[in-house]
Amino acid sequence: MSQTATVDHVVAPDSGKGAVDYIRNGKGIVSWLTTIDHKRIGLMYLGSVVLAFLVGGLFALAVRLELLTPSRTIMSAAGYNQAYTLHGAVMVFLFIIPSIPASLGNFLIPIMVGAKDVAFPKLNLFSLYIFWIGALITLSSLVLGGIDTGWTFYVPYSSRVSTTAVVNVTLGAFIMGFSSILTGLNFIVTMHKLRAPGMSWYRMPLLCWALYATSLVQIVATPVLGITLLLLIFERAFQIGIFDPALGGDPVLFQHFFWFYSHPAVYIMILPGFGIISELIAVHSRRKVFGYKAIAFSSVAIALIGFLVWGHHMFVSGQSELAGTIFSFLTFIVAIPSGIKVFNWTSTLWGGSIKLDTPMLYALVFLILFTIGGLTGVFLGMLGVDLHLHDTYFVVAHFHYVMVGGTAVAFFGGLFHWWPKMTGKMYSEKGGAVSAILVFIGFNMTFFTQFFLGSRGMPRRYYNYLDQFQPLHAFSTVGSWVLGAGFALGIVTLLVSLKNGKQAPANPWGGLSLEWQTASPPITENFESTPVVTHGAYDYPLAQGQKEHA
Amino acid sequence: MSSSAEAHVANGEKSPQFHVAHHFPTADIQFNSGKMGIWLFLVTEILLFGGMFCSFAIFRSWYLGGFVEAHHHLDRVMGGINTIVLICSSLTMALAVRAAQTTNKKAVTVLLGLTLAFAATFLVIKYFEYSHKFHDGLLPGIHFTATGFQEPREAGIFFAIYFMMTGIHGFHVLAGMGLITWILIRNLKGQFSSRYYAPVEGVGLYWHLVDLIWIYLFPLLYLVG
Repeated sequence: MSQTATVDHVVAPDSGKGAVDYIRNGKGIVSWLTTIDHKRIGLMYLGSVVLAFLVGGLFALAVRLELLTPSRTIMSAAGYNQAYTLHGAVMVFLFIIPSIPASLGNFLIPIMVGAKDVAFPKLNLFSLYIFWIGALITLSSLVLGGIDTGWTFYVPYSSRVSTTAVVNVTLGAFIMGFSSILTGLNFIVTMHKLRAPGMSWYRMPLLCWALYATSLVQIVATPVLGITLLLLIFERAFQIGIFDPALGGDPVLFQHFFWFYSHPAVYIMILPGFGIISELIAVHSRRKVFGYKAIAFSSVAIALIGFLVWGHHMFVSGQSELAGTIFSFLTFIVAIPSGIKVFNWTSTLWGGSIKLDTPMLYALVFLILFTIGGLTGVFLGMLGVDLHLHDTYFVVAHFHYVMVGGTAVAFFGGLFHWWPKMTGKMYSEKGGAVSAILVFIGFNMTFFTQFFLGSRGMPRRYYNYLDQFQPLHAFSTVGSWVLGAGFALGIVTLLVSLKNGKQAPANPWGGLSLEWQTASPPITENFESTPVVTHGAYDYPLAQGQKEHA
Repeated sequence: MSSSAEAHVANGEKSPQFHVAHHFPTADIQFNSGKMGIWLFLVTEILLFGGMFCSFAIFRSWYLGGFVEAHHHLDRVMGGINTIVLICSSLTMALAVRAAQTTNKKAVTVLLGLTLAFAATFLVIKYFEYSHKFHDGLLPGIHFTATGFQEPREAGIFFAIYFMMTGIHGFHVLAGMGLITWILIRNLKGQFSSRYYAPVEGVGLYWHLVDLIWIYLFPLLYLVG
């Protein structure tokens, strides 16, 4: 029977005392490929998604380089169509969707709720294999004709016209969808059934709440993408006539189906980022989170309302004006919980003992960039404004502010925050800080310019453009190099730490949630004995002169 | 899973050993987790089929005439028999779960065998239906070659939806047969008892959903004129 101890008393075992840590527990590649340890699976996901991020990033740099001049720079128009499609498809399906949940989430959720593993460890490993298989099928398109449909695979271009390997990419995305569904299912059951004694819902770290909401979306939305892509594959292979207008099908139905998944999928991408930022801000300002329940429930609210706004991608598709008006209204509504979060994070910082280390820098970068991304999303949710800005660089800038400035920045912030826990190594603060600053500068150079481009009428996905846009495009391209250097420096800093980093203590940041109460890296069973939780995740003692939140 | 099914507990009743995975504090939590997982999985199945039900509703409202004309070419007798067959399979599955809960190994074997037989009957009848449609050229989209239709293009879309929905449903029946075979083998090894029957119950829940989807498919495709 498990022994009990309060959180305050669970001491990190010194290395050598007790069980061996999860990295050293089992040697050789086979022990990794057959592991059911959520931490090892999380690490393998981490390696996979970072690799995908590099591949997608190279495509991004190629696209930006091509756009340096108004006509041909380095590639043909057909090559350009493939480059931006692969950039989008790889970044969405291979990087952002699995990024935080499958890597950090897998590693952290069981530890944060005080469990030994996720509810279904074998299913967890199975999900990873499905992800790998789907990813390989998607990437096989690289050598089998590429893909040039855009990541949205709109019909009838994707079903009848395009001669590229559409089936490989869509089949790959279809298969990876199962991985996403099963991971979400695993997390929800874990959080319901495996919380340690004393770990009430309101004592859970906010990352858990965010990933719970994410998992709900993964479970409910992904099957619809599954059937959509399956219908598309059949449409392309057999011309069955569901989507192809020439056969009596309805291309707008495809858009409805696609965005019924892909708009909620936007929240699969950003909600985990929200969760990470809640952790980073609280821990690195040693401050109880302001409005814990507001942040927790706003995640759930975003997940639910997020299902009802997909039509704002289709204001110019010919959907009815009434539908457009309703979708526009609901889009404003879904902005409210995001706003609640930003205000609560800011209030948490107020009066906190802010330490400007790398995770906090990334969190601050997130706050600024996400706020811009979120607010410009409200512009686009307005019917009249959207008619002007639809499919322009304004849209491109908006969603990159949310996806890169939000999710990718939160992912890197979280990576720096939990790196000592995952690997047992401290990284160079200097390298981390410089990478955060480079990312901030490079990102704004790349994408703030695109708001101007878009509002002046530069359409997205165009190979050539008017000469008058060249200064802004060139500035954006130079920015992409700075941005790329920032992310690369971040990755290098972490990798170098594996070799040269100092041994990390169990709790380098003074965090209160359970993952900081066990060794770095944790033992295979996560804790020496089942923890008994006696306080919330953010009940920091007040420092001298600090005031309780009003 | 231990195969020492002959182990006897103190009261003399046959109670096979079962394994509580290391990360579950108790057998109850393990059982409830599994059940919750199955229910969440069933949610995803409903949404998967939801997309197809949705396209059926849209195209039926667009192409009412063509759909009504096309649906007359479905075989109501075969579809009706298949409905009865699947309902019977649901009954035997439910009884099999009950038998597992009461540690009646022999009954579980017989009932799961019956369920398998019903499922196979369903697929055999489906095979005859499909080959009939293939023979008549009642096929999706551009492959639709049957003559004498007022709206061949609309009928093509009807058969696209018919084949997608019944095909994916048929695939689920096949997967269900695999799962039933799996628990049948485990039952023959004596792994289930009133203390441990979670896999039987889980497969049962899945099987009922597969039946339930057909209960909706049959009237929508075959009967509604």
